[in-house]
Amino acid sequence: MFKLIRGLLAATLLASSAVHAADVTKEQIKGLDEQVQDIKKDVINLTADLLQLEEKLLYPSNSQFAIFVSLAEKDGLRLDAVQIKLENKVLAHHLYTFRELEAMQKGGVQKIYTGNVKTGEHKLEISYAARSSGGDVSRHTDSYTLKKGVGPKFVEIKIGGPGANSQGLEFKDW
Amino acid sequence: MFRKLAIILFSLYSGIVSAENTIDEAPDLTDIFYGESLFYAFQEKHFDAISKLDAELGQFYNLDDPTLDPFTQQINHAEFSVGSFELAYRMHQRAGRAIRAVLESNLDQTIRNEAAYRLAKILYQKNQPVNALDILLKIKGDMAEDLRVDEIYLRAQVYISTGDFNKAIQLLKSIENEEKYEGYILYNLGIAHIQNAEEKKGIAALDKVGKMSSSEKGVLALKDKANLTLANRMLENGSPQLAKQYFSRVRLNGPFANRALLGSGWANVSLGNFKKALVPWRILHERGVTNEAVQESMLAVPYAYGQLNYFGQAALAYGKAMDNFGSEIDRLEMSIKSVREGKFIKAIVDKEGERDKNWLHNLRYRPETPETRYIMSLMASNDFQQSLHNYRDMDELKNRLEYWLSSLDVYVELIELRRRYYEPLLPVVEKQFKKLDARIRLRMEQRERLDQRLKAIVISRRPDYLATAAERGYKDKLDRIELYLSKRPGQYTSEVKARISRLKGVLHWQINNAYDERLTNAYKQMKQLDVYIDKLNETYQSFVRTRQAATQSYEGYGIPIRQLKTKIQARQQKIKGIMARQAKLIETMAVNELERRRNQLEEYQIKARFALAESYDRATKKQEKVEEERIRKQQEEEKALKGVAPLEDTPVDNQQGEAPNKEAANKQQPAIENKTEENKTEENKSGKNEADNTTPEVEGEAQ
Repeated sequence: MFKLIRGLLAATLLASSAVHAADVTKEQIKGLDEQVQDIKKDVINLTADLLQLEEKLLYPSNSQFAIFVSLAEKDGLRLDAVQIKLENKVLAHHLYTFRELEAMQKGGVQKIYTGNVKTGEHKLEISYAARSSGGDVSRHTDSYTLKKGVGPKFVEIKIGGPGANSQGLEFKDW
Repeated sequence: MFRKLAIILFSLYSGIVSAENTIDEAPDLTDIFYGESLFYAFQEKHFDAISKLDAELGQFYNLDDPTLDPFTQQINHAEFSVGSFELAYRMHQRAGRAIRAVLESNLDQTIRNEAAYRLAKILYQKNQPVNALDILLKIKGDMAEDLRVDEIYLRAQVYISTGDFNKAIQLLKSIENEEKYEGYILYNLGIAHIQNAEEKKGIAALDKVGKMSSSEKGVLALKDKANLTLANRMLENGSPQLAKQYFSRVRLNGPFANRALLGSGWANVSLGNFKKALVPWRILHERGVTNEAVQESMLAVPYAYGQLNYFGQAALAYGKAMDNFGSEIDRLEMSIKSVREGKFIKAIVDKEGERDKNWLHNLRYRPETPETRYIMSLMASNDFQQSLHNYRDMDELKNRLEYWLSSLDVYVELIELRRRYYEPLLPVVEKQFKKLDARIRLRMEQRERLDQRLKAIVISRRPDYLATAAERGYKDKLDRIELYLSKRPGQYTSEVKARISRLKGVLHWQINNAYDERLTNAYKQMKQLDVYIDKLNETYQSFVRTRQAATQSYEGYGIPIRQLKTKIQARQQKIKGIMARQAKLIETMAVNELERRRNQLEEYQIKARFALAESYDRATKKQEKVEEERIRKQQEEEKALKGVAPLEDTPVDNQQGEAPNKEAANKQQPAIENKTEENKTEENKSGKNEADNTTPEVEGEAQ
């Protein structure tokens, strides 16, 4: 009976796997996967064209201005939220998800705002709330004079790190 | 820079264990947009990461001299990154091409070695070990230190796949003590030894893995896998006692627990110890009914009862198994219907999945996808996972294209608004601009003349160029007086001549004496003028750009937008077709698996039905035998007492007939409770269950 049961199980498995193989072949799966890869490539290329058009239309190079946020410290600091003001008007306010924070801790840079601004000097105000490794919440605010020339302007705000000022911020023009 | 993820892939055929590579942290950035791309990649938003990095790389290569751009320092890292992202986005063909380009370049050998390693890795993952080996053979000299172990490990895996076990063993031994790939190296070494007909060495290596102490989930699973492999090997080799030991090392809550419990039972059966076989099987019996091992145990448990002559309990267990199989078959039927109605496909692309990293794994807990509980093994297979991911990716692309299509409609409106605003304004502005432009050009020409004169003075001294207007007036006046007097010699006396000469001398003295100071002042003023000229230029350029931007804000978009719309619509059609085919494929695979499980259960059900009948049969025969024995004893007693011959057809008293069965049933209990120390908790539970089952069994047998 033992042999019978094992034999029965084996036969069932063999019979069913034979049906399976007849219906969906490796070639079918591979063929479809290749089509998927092709369309992905197509859509990525198309997206590049669309992004270029969008940038040209919405953010022309003479007025384009973008702000990036990064974390200098890989460990310890947990960023909760960031708010950016330009000439006392709120440009961006962002609450960080765990995945975003993790990505920034690994060295990823978040583009928090893209827009347009006139040439000349503008006052940029940055506020952020963060938690230390001990869990204490701290809030900081600092300002920065943005000098917008005729070309696009990219400013990176680095939070924490050795080059940071008293508010824990470091600004870099790219 | 690059790290090895603890994602374990168990190869179905060779039992080789491998790990996935990916970019783990950003370098010190020389390009902010590369950092942005990494931000998306680290969140597993690979489409965005690839699009952004592709765009940045495109801009970099379009520069007149890319070597002057700071990004050039990280261009190799970025090229690898894009390949890695493409790999993570399951674009193996493109990832391979990107890395092959680096491999065939004139870059440093270390970089090309790294590219070769990554390309070989892709080929190995795509099940092309021969091609992977060809690429690995192109590696010359030393590998980068952070990839040294990875390269050797990959090479060993490739050799295992190509059947060159000796080389694989040699390589794996050289990195046996490395911390990277803890456990995996030893596991693969064991597999290589076994496949190389070095059974003892293989078993020793796997045994080491099976005894490893670690708190890491991946290593613990590997440990279980090693013990299970060893146990099955021992069963095949006819060493059930050893097999039992290995089975007992597998954790009861690990991914291989059910298979180990089932195997442990069969090992006991091989030893002829049916009572002990019941211990793991009863544990298994209580587990999730959808698991194949659990379902098999539903037949195995009554089979063991039968072998122990507990036919009543066997019959009850077979009956229960039939009920379970029946209800499971019904559920499977419903699941097949649900899959065919497209509910499974709908769940795959549910929005909730976007927030859940383990969406595929967690599908089984969702009420709308009960079928997933039956297709867990199918869902763990590479083909099915690839198909599910592809379907999700296609759905994401579909949504993106829908977004872009609606955005383009908005852009068309925006452009129209801009046209309406700027078109009436621009001619007026243009007219005013032309007037200003003429004046600006005139002033610029004047400035140029002054500048040239100053430069000429520096080369040859010309004080008269710096004379004041008054001085130039005096000089002109004196020249006129001289001219006047030259026509009237009577009046042009020597005294007058001397006076004119003196005045001219004074003037000459004054102009020459002040020359240096005036030259310095002229330079200062020219510099000051340049400041104003620069401002003027800036305003002028700004105006030109603004005017150009205004025009460009609504002109030249019509054709590109129409073309992009057409392209989007074409891609949408293509995606729709691929999604339909992919959905059909997934559903077919799922239905096939569900049907396989249903067929299997139907076979089990038939088997259980026959076994149930057999159990009843045996129980009846046993009953009859006991009865006969009782009658024989009674007759012998009567004969002994009365000295007469025994009666042949004494009627049987049912109430009296129950007693031996009850005794027999009571005897069964300690047999099941004869369990090992390590399963003490389960023993108690099992013993309790058995006690619960004993009474109905007696009743059943009595009937």
